[in-house]
Amino acid sequence: MARDTLTGSRIRERRIMSGIRQAELARHVDISASYLNLIEHNKRRIGGKLLLDIAAVLGVEPSLLTEGAEATLIATLREAASDQRDGEAEVEKVDEFAGRFPGWAGLLAENRRRVGTLEHAVQTLSDRMTHDPQLAASLHEMLTSVTSIRSTAAILADGGEIEPEWQDRFHRNINEDSARLAEISRALVQYLDKVDDASANIGAPQDELDSFLSQHGYCFPELETAPEIEQFAQTNGQGLSAVAGKMLGRLAERYASDAAELPKDRLAEAVEVHGLNPWAIAQTLRADPDLVLRRLAVWGEALGLGPLGLAVCDASGTLLLRKTIDDFPFPRFGSACPLLPLFEALSRPGQPIERVVSMPGQDEKPFRAFALCRVLMTEDPRMASLSETVMLIAPLDRAAPEGTQPVGVSCQICPRERCRARREPSILGAEA
Amino acid sequence: MGKRVLLIEDEPNIIEAISFILSRDGWTVETHANGHDAVDVVQGNLPDVLILDVMLPGKSGYDILRELRESHGRSELPVLMLTARGQSKDRDLAERAGVNRFMTKPFSNAEMLDAVRDLSEA
Repeated sequence: MARDTLTGSRIRERRIMSGIRQAELARHVDISASYLNLIEHNKRRIGGKLLLDIAAVLGVEPSLLTEGAEATLIATLREAASDQRDGEAEVEKVDEFAGRFPGWAGLLAENRRRVGTLEHAVQTLSDRMTHDPQLAASLHEMLTSVTSIRSTAAILADGGEIEPEWQDRFHRNINEDSARLAEISRALVQYLDKVDDASANIGAPQDELDSFLSQHGYCFPELETAPEIEQFAQTNGQGLSAVAGKMLGRLAERYASDAAELPKDRLAEAVEVHGLNPWAIAQTLRADPDLVLRRLAVWGEALGLGPLGLAVCDASGTLLLRKTIDDFPFPRFGSACPLLPLFEALSRPGQPIERVVSMPGQDEKPFRAFALCRVLMTEDPRMASLSETVMLIAPLDRAAPEGTQPVGVSCQICPRERCRARREPSILGAEA
Repeated sequence: MGKRVLLIEDEPNIIEAISFILSRDGWTVETHANGHDAVDVVQGNLPDVLILDVMLPGKSGYDILRELRESHGRSELPVLMLTARGQSKDRDLAERAGVNRFMTKPFSNAEMLDAVRDLSEA
């Protein structure tokens, strides 16, 4: 069942949550209880004044009843389904599930996030065990000593006849090996103590940072003029892990540098003239286009451009920053859709890329995407250059034009079965 | 003179313990403590069973075994490999090199003795 046909289910859900009886709500909005019952079971469409009245009685925005769960929640639920090994979740009913049971859906999505974080932690620990040479050497030494002690002690304990000379030698060996074992153990504990700080938060620092940025709307007025970066990182990093705190510090430096180069007021003047045209804004202001994209992501909505999403990736295509907007989520784990203009720009450094793209869904919502890859040259030509690619996303306020590029979140949860960029099968059904 | 075991292991106290256990069981035990020239030592020694540690100075037990099997035609030599790592990939490496028996440290004396006896009778 599509999301927009579930308004009735959401009304029922909200009514029950508010402790209002069906007859009571019907009376308030001047309809019969039986008619409300039909609405609540999605057997009658609802809109206009009646919807507004019901929303008012329930104390919610009408859009909450009509739009249902956020795209991000749906995407996370789909990711959760893609992880399933046995059994089959009814993926085609994910919208209905999220719409009818927003609390349970939120809980499942949160648990999925937690599982993802824990899997990341296990991977980190596993990598440490496998690749940490100091730990591997210590464990090898320890096992060698234990082997020697065990074999020698067993010889002595067997009770067979052993010449005094051999007895003395074995006692000496056990003494040596046990001393060595004690020394290795002490060194190992010291080593583990040292890395304890680093391992205190082995979840996903990027997730912590994303969550922090999302809570603040990716906008930090205190970093705009005369920023106290150290103080900012210290104050705001208190609830974050050490790694995420350092990442926040770096992000704050970048934010402040961007703000100094392109203050909000100058950006506002250019937006007034050009609207959402980052390339024209960059030309007028003689600013780097990628800087303009980043600044628009911060201030665009406040300047009347509507919600703007942002993705930043490095030369490997790894997402460094994800500012999602409704119906345009980015994957939290795994690889993103290779058809995103973000990756097209990666292969064409310096060239502004502008595309209209659409995300799969009931109505294939179109978005404008502006992307640019900037190469960060090194002074030493023998060393690899780095690059950073920025993509700004804005909902398109009209129907998708011809030539719109279909994209997705990631292959696993994308229904475009015959997509030329598909890397792996989707868990969803074929495209309608 | 009993059957001959060649033990290639770099840890002196383990060498002493294994040598004692096998000698008491009637084996003639020769020992060698590095991987550099281990292949030459095996070729010159012609043991009935080879006990080979994996982590040796100079050359790993895997490389020594692979060389013996592939370049020196010692496909029949029974080999017991000892290692502190028991992960499946280590077993795979040992099997691909041509090991007959794989034993993870720490092991019991009885277990080790049984393995050597089995290999010599196979």
